[in-house]
Amino acid sequence: MAHPSRIRWRPILFNIRTAGFDALPIVGLLSFLLGIVVAYQGADQLRQYGANVYIADLVGLSMMREFAPLITAIIVAGRSGSAYAAQIGTMAVTEEIDALRTLGIAPLDLLVLPKIIAMLIALPLLTVFADVLGVVGGMIMSRVQLGVGYGEFLDRLVKAVDLSTYLVGVGKAPMFAVIIVMIGCFQGFRTKGGADSVGRQTTRSVVQSIFMVIVADALFSVAFSALDI
Amino acid sequence: MPGQRSNGEAVIELHKVSTRFGSHVVHADLDLEVRRAEIFALIGGSGSGKSTLLREMILLQKPDSGTIRVFSNDLQTLSDEAALVLRQRCGVMFQHGGLFGTLTVKENVGLPLREHTNLDDDLIDEIASWKLALAGLNAEAWTQYPTELSGGMMKRASLARALALDPELLFLDEPTAGLDPLSAGGVDELVRKLRDLFGLTIVMITHDLDLLWQAADRVAVLAEGKVQGVGSMAELAGMDKPAVRQFFDGPRGRAAQQQGQRELQARAPVSASKEKP
Repeated sequence: MAHPSRIRWRPILFNIRTAGFDALPIVGLLSFLLGIVVAYQGADQLRQYGANVYIADLVGLSMMREFAPLITAIIVAGRSGSAYAAQIGTMAVTEEIDALRTLGIAPLDLLVLPKIIAMLIALPLLTVFADVLGVVGGMIMSRVQLGVGYGEFLDRLVKAVDLSTYLVGVGKAPMFAVIIVMIGCFQGFRTKGGADSVGRQTTRSVVQSIFMVIVADALFSVAFSALDI
Repeated sequence: MPGQRSNGEAVIELHKVSTRFGSHVVHADLDLEVRRAEIFALIGGSGSGKSTLLREMILLQKPDSGTIRVFSNDLQTLSDEAALVLRQRCGVMFQHGGLFGTLTVKENVGLPLREHTNLDDDLIDEIASWKLALAGLNAEAWTQYPTELSGGMMKRASLARALALDPELLFLDEPTAGLDPLSAGGVDELVRKLRDLFGLTIVMITHDLDLLWQAADRVAVLAEGKVQGVGSMAELAGMDKPAVRQFFDGPRGRAAQQQGQRELQARAPVSASKEKP
């Protein structure tokens, strides 16, 4: 009689679009700007030593290893984590969660699982996109500030950044995805009472998920240095 | 008399149910029984634990002690599979509708069918339309989203969804709260019609004295964690416990009582002739 809990493709695809595709412009723009900032700050120092071309090392390593995964996760926590808390919180207030249960539909199956799967797909892809835009931003700034040409920059970049550095950055994204979805949904389900509670839980979800993302990132750094990656 | 239609078999049995929120005692050793094919109403002041009791009956909450049996299933020891089967035998209409905001009214009604049956989409559509018509919702509202509906339409849509899987047991949480008097009058009739047509057992929470007089077969008055009295409204009117009296004394109580008794007398010959074979 009862279906086994099955994969719900529609909400997964919907969530990939809202959390991933729709976030492309903001993630792209901010990591592009971050790339510019990193290159700009580094340019002065490197120029003093005449080590202009090493700007590619600086931009490539810092963006791919740290900044791109981090900025992407923070933006997504603000955009989607809050949306999840607000959506589930509103559903709790309007008795929709209760209604789901009485209709024999597990709220976790319908509301949480598709979001986790979607985010596990979307966040690493967004991080890759942020990597690219961040490097492009740094590349443009290097040419303006240091006169390092695009070809020269890319040649150096390939030498400076090996595969493991790139994977370390992208590899953090699934962890961040789980943190963001779990905290957003958890705070949503904790909503009790009225509309003011939805706002409170939404705020809490954003603060906590950004906090946890940064803590996790710090732990990753410690772990990677201990493992010598 | 409406009360004679039920054949006495218990559908819901509550035995020594106790519920506490912290130090606040909501129910203290409460006993209650709902019989098949009756319209049963729970009344009581704010905070008397009516809603909590309803939530316990529909598996949304567990009492601290005591047993609740629905269709002879003990809710305390129910397995997940058995709970799923039981939930499909019960329909719940929530106070604020509990309709899914991202789905149209018709999709809302079709959702339980899509979840739990293998019917094809055309058939589900047809069943949903039929349930919506039964609940008395105009066809132009079927393709709208819940936020576009008025309070009364929302309740009717919610009722249609509760009826989607042809439940044997229907729970109504404040079916007339927030409705204009005309729509509220329609609900009285609808509730009676559902019971008469499908033999549904209906449990409702209400404050609406008219609905109590017009539709309820038996009424339980909840106060101080206990059931203070159970019986038809006419029987309750004869009791002299203060918790029961408050529903009959005062100008509103008296007016509803007079109106109710007039209509019961007016209806009596009609229902008597209907029951002849």
